[in-house]
Amino acid sequence: MGKNAFMWATKSLIIFQKDVQLEFRTRFAINAIVLFAITTLTAISFSIGPARLETTILSALLWIILFFSAMSGLSHIFVREEEQQTADTLRLVTTPLSIFLGKWLFNVVLLFALEIIIVPLYFILMNTSQSAGNNFLLFLLLLFWGSLGLATVSTIIAAIISQASARGALFAVLAFPISLPVLISSIHGTRLALEGNTFSECLPDLQILIAFFVVILTVSILTFEFIWKSN
Amino acid sequence: MFKIKASGVTKKFNERSVFKNIHFEISSGQSLAITGHNGSGKTTLVRIISGLMSPSEGSVKFYKNDNAIEPENVHSFIGLVGPYLQLYHNLTALENLTFFSKIRGLGANRSRILELMALMGLKGRELDYVKNYSSGMLQRLKYVFALLHEPEILLVDEPTSNLDEAGSAIVYNILKRQKESKILIVATNNPEESRIGQKRIHVGD
Repeated sequence: MGKNAFMWATKSLIIFQKDVQLEFRTRFAINAIVLFAITTLTAISFSIGPARLETTILSALLWIILFFSAMSGLSHIFVREEEQQTADTLRLVTTPLSIFLGKWLFNVVLLFALEIIIVPLYFILMNTSQSAGNNFLLFLLLLFWGSLGLATVSTIIAAIISQASARGALFAVLAFPISLPVLISSIHGTRLALEGNTFSECLPDLQILIAFFVVILTVSILTFEFIWKSN
Repeated sequence: MFKIKASGVTKKFNERSVFKNIHFEISSGQSLAITGHNGSGKTTLVRIISGLMSPSEGSVKFYKNDNAIEPENVHSFIGLVGPYLQLYHNLTALENLTFFSKIRGLGANRSRILELMALMGLKGRELDYVKNYSSGMLQRLKYVFALLHEPEILLVDEPTSNLDEAGSAIVYNILKRQKESKILIVATNNPEESRIGQKRIHVGD
């Protein structure tokens, strides 16, 4: 078991490295998600002007931007393999589990990288720095677990839609209902964090986010082989 | 000693049956030619044998010294060349082959890659992007990819597709060596190439 786990981890990392290398060459996903996020953030910032929005709206805006950015870019990870006919080559050389874990890791890192750019901009452009000062650590914790859930949902849905013909529309349509628990808890928890609430007040939201992540990752690992070999 | 045993392999797409009830058995040191006209299902059968597609009925089983090989481990023993297998066009040939070598657990294995590139007449083109390769060079590169791990079972779909005379000669040499001690399966509609196989299956009729 230990040897197998090490082998999967190693192969997943090799796939992750290959995807990073390809992404830096083509910039399909990076361009899509960064441009979407910055454009949306800037448009909202111009429309609200110097006004300060309610934390309820601010937290929802952040997660809407993150959700649609994820929808615009994270599906590339599998769609690219199918469109360029490299999926069969990949099927031939390694196990479905290592492919899923490598692709999942790539989407997680990509979403975190986006947040490193977007979150500071969000605080500056939305004039939220003062209210967030009290519980920034809690905010980061919610962002971490919410993003893990979002990246995992995006990865498994990307694998499903890569086998379909109407890929673009199908991704958001399938991902939205499955991501709903993440979005609701993340928006609620982020609002509490922005209002400076304590860890214990945010605990139910964090519990939902962690539980959701564990469940969706487990379900994804169990079902991926069937999805990946469904031809 | 490796063995492949296919029993009652049938493939249907919706209600249309591509082929029915195919049986064969092939061991190390033997070769099989799959023949048939365009659209007869040669590629479908190769994809089923290689595990890229599931049969509608029947099974293909692999054995090593009479012990069944687990389906998840079969890919370690198979090398496949086919028109539907593509390499990453935005990576160089060397980057592609290094990736596939690492993922097969062979490490970077640069000397083996360079040796096979030279064998296939691609010496000096290792650092070119695959998107800049011609169709003939791509076919040669697919052989390098398939032979990297010295597979016990080599499946070749349209062996000399896009190759010039020199490329075809190299390929025939590789196929000849493969069938001496390992398993070779060739799918072709070229009568000359079908003679490579000691056993033959005709699909589509």
